[in-house]
Amino acid sequence: MKSYLPSEFIVERDEDKCIRCKVCVNQCTYETHSYDEQDDVMRSKDENCVNCQRCVTMCPTHALSIKKNPGPFRDNANWTSEIIKDIKKQAETGGVLLTGMGADKPYLTYWERLLVNASQVTNPSIDPLREPMEIRTYLGAKPDALEMDLEDGDIELKTKLAPQLTLETPIMFSAMSYGAISLNVHESLARAATKAGTYFNTGEGGLDSRLYKYGEHAIVQVASGRFGVHSNYLNAGAAIEIKIGQGAKPGIGGHLPGEKVTDDIARTRMIPIGTDALSPAPQHDIYSIEDLRQLIYALKEATDYTKPVSVKIAAVHNSAAIASGMVRAGADIIALDGVRGSTGAAPKVIRDNVGIPIELAIASVDQRLRDEGIRNKASIVAAGGFRSSGDVLKAIALGADAVYIATAALVALGCTVCQKCYTGKCPWGIATSDPWISKRINPDIGAERLVNLLRGWSMEIKDMMGGMGVNAIESLRGNRLHLRGVNMTDTELKILGVKMAGE
Amino acid sequence: MMGAQEKKVMAEIDPKVLSHVTVVNNVWKVDAQDLYYRELNTLLRALDRNGAEKVELHSVFGQRYIGTDLKTNLNIDIFGTPGNDLAAFMNGPRITVHGNTQDCIANTMNEGKIVVHGRAGDIAGYGMRGGKVFIRDDIGARAGIHMKEYMDKKPYLVVGGTSMDFLGEYMAGGVLMVLGLNLKEGEKHRARFVGTGMHAGVIYVRGDVTHMGKEVKMVDVDKGDSIVIEGLVREFCGYFKADFDKVMSKKFMKIVPYSSRPYGRIYAY
Ligand code: SF4
Ligand code: SF4
Repeated sequence: MKSYLPSEFIVERDEDKCIRCKVCVNQCTYETHSYDEQDDVMRSKDENCVNCQRCVTMCPTHALSIKKNPGPFRDNANWTSEIIKDIKKQAETGGVLLTGMGADKPYLTYWERLLVNASQVTNPSIDPLREPMEIRTYLGAKPDALEMDLEDGDIELKTKLAPQLTLETPIMFSAMSYGAISLNVHESLARAATKAGTYFNTGEGGLDSRLYKYGEHAIVQVASGRFGVHSNYLNAGAAIEIKIGQGAKPGIGGHLPGEKVTDDIARTRMIPIGTDALSPAPQHDIYSIEDLRQLIYALKEATDYTKPVSVKIAAVHNSAAIASGMVRAGADIIALDGVRGSTGAAPKVIRDNVGIPIELAIASVDQRLRDEGIRNKASIVAAGGFRSSGDVLKAIALGADAVYIATAALVALGCTVCQKCYTGKCPWGIATSDPWISKRINPDIGAERLVNLLRGWSMEIKDMMGGMGVNAIESLRGNRLHLRGVNMTDTELKILGVKMAGE
Repeated sequence: MMGAQEKKVMAEIDPKVLSHVTVVNNVWKVDAQDLYYRELNTLLRALDRNGAEKVELHSVFGQRYIGTDLKTNLNIDIFGTPGNDLAAFMNGPRITVHGNTQDCIANTMNEGKIVVHGRAGDIAGYGMRGGKVFIRDDIGARAGIHMKEYMDKKPYLVVGGTSMDFLGEYMAGGVLMVLGLNLKEGEKHRARFVGTGMHAGVIYVRGDVTHMGKEVKMVDVDKGDSIVIEGLVREFCGYFKADFDKVMSKKFMKIVPYSSRPYGRIYAY
């Protein structure tokens, strides 16, 4: 069938600058560029380009630039180019439209409408350059009360504390599975988490045996497909996370297509090479809160109650009630993933339409757990599109204990958010299981870039805290008086639990 | 006289639990009546850690997770009805159940063996990746779901009776065998949607099934299959005193997936 799809981008090559070095030919995994020996000229197939900017970045003479195809279609606010192209693609394939990364539509963000307070005159701000600022965070169940013995000035704690994760900064790397991303990315995340004193999440594809040594900084995930799950894996991690749902695709599962299941990935996932790795939406042993409790305690039994168990859900309409059930089922950490959460592959219609913004979910879950007097029994970790330390700080003020970042971490490694992760051909060597392309990420450099990002964000968080006159992140958590809203309805302000700016 | 091992274990155990334990000829006998599952499993872990070899659990009434987090070759005999998640994530021991079991037996089990002189509930062998499970009677729904294999790591689940719906759902490896020894002459296995979403591994059935998922087909067994079948049947007959020749006298068929990529054509790239 002849395709009616126009190319999305146009590759422009400055012939004066181009030295025919063929770097672009080698770098583009979509076979956009080629060298015509006969005419000694470089050629480009515009229709293959996804605008990942790899060739542009790598071209030694800066001869390349990629332009958006202004498009043959007439401007139309309803029938946008994107919609017309999507329909044509489906007419040609009869398939479900896939996409990668988080929702790209603008109408789902509240962070810009939440503003942070600062001290002026009546209470002093704190200078974080001179004074200690505490951003260390502990995740896990906290006791209702502490019992201690005081003897000769020595305090002995009598309450047995539940296992905790210790984060030197309230930012962790969110679940990204081996298979969806390359081993070198997993290693970069693992090493950065170790160095920065935080945690990375293995995702549901298991942990390669070469990375077990970073287990003390790993949260190992268990999802419906149970890939790579065995007692060594469970015991290797610092915490275990049960994945119920994911913000990018609430209610549906994950499919790692067989062509991505290479030798190494098959070994880690414990499935035959080349078979589809199917993680259907439901965990077939969980149909109720009681069943969730059964799995939580199976995992606690399997690790002798030495590790906190997290349960991750997509933020959906009844998150607050569900979260309450999760806490009662024994979850030590509740991970909430909002509608802007990212993915390696999801049906576009689900990514862009299902779920609720993480801002509302954090506020409503935190409030519900407080109202029920069980907020101390579990920590809240928020995920789904955190782009800056500002977003992180606001999430904590809304009631989160820590956040998970994924896209931001990948961007630090080179990702340009081209949204084509599902092809498995990521020219930046990130979202791929191809051993040749994966070499583009060097774990030494990758880890350094990630540690730098965490360092930068952590300093910014301390700066903002100092400005508010807060010197410990504990005093910021759920402290919504430090936030004000703009451009929101009364209902939105009420759910977020913040006052209108000027109030 | 108490041996060194016994003394060591005794020292580790809560005195309340200790009153439920006796040791006779190196067999650790536990009266599980009124023991909460956490107490029972803590005890089993202590035994496992200290190299105990044989344990008998008596009067078991629904205690969950028995066998979870045990790593050695402990032999456990269970009298009564163990609760859900028997042998979840188990990594070595051998369990014999003199009675029925409940849901989620052998959940994500890695190694070891379970022999059940009775029936098993739903989702037996969920995500099982190694070891063997033999069940004398029937089995509930979704048995063998997500069972998987890699190279020499291969799980086996053998059922003497018949199964409920969705047998072998999403199966990604391993061997599932249903003998239907309790079916009447000419009666089919009642399970429907057998092998739905299955994309690797094999299901052997003795007799015919009512309904299969669209991802699988039923074919004749070949020589290699016969060797596997005979081996498993022989083992089964050994545990449950069944007549090998009689079991083998009925035709076996095998159910295999059409494709290792059942859902490869859903998406528009
Ligand atoms: S896909 Fe990336 S590497 Fe290939 S031409 Fe386009 S921008 Fe360059
Ligand atoms: S990870 Fe790679 S494929 Fe995915 S959005 Fe980033 S650059 Fe594109």
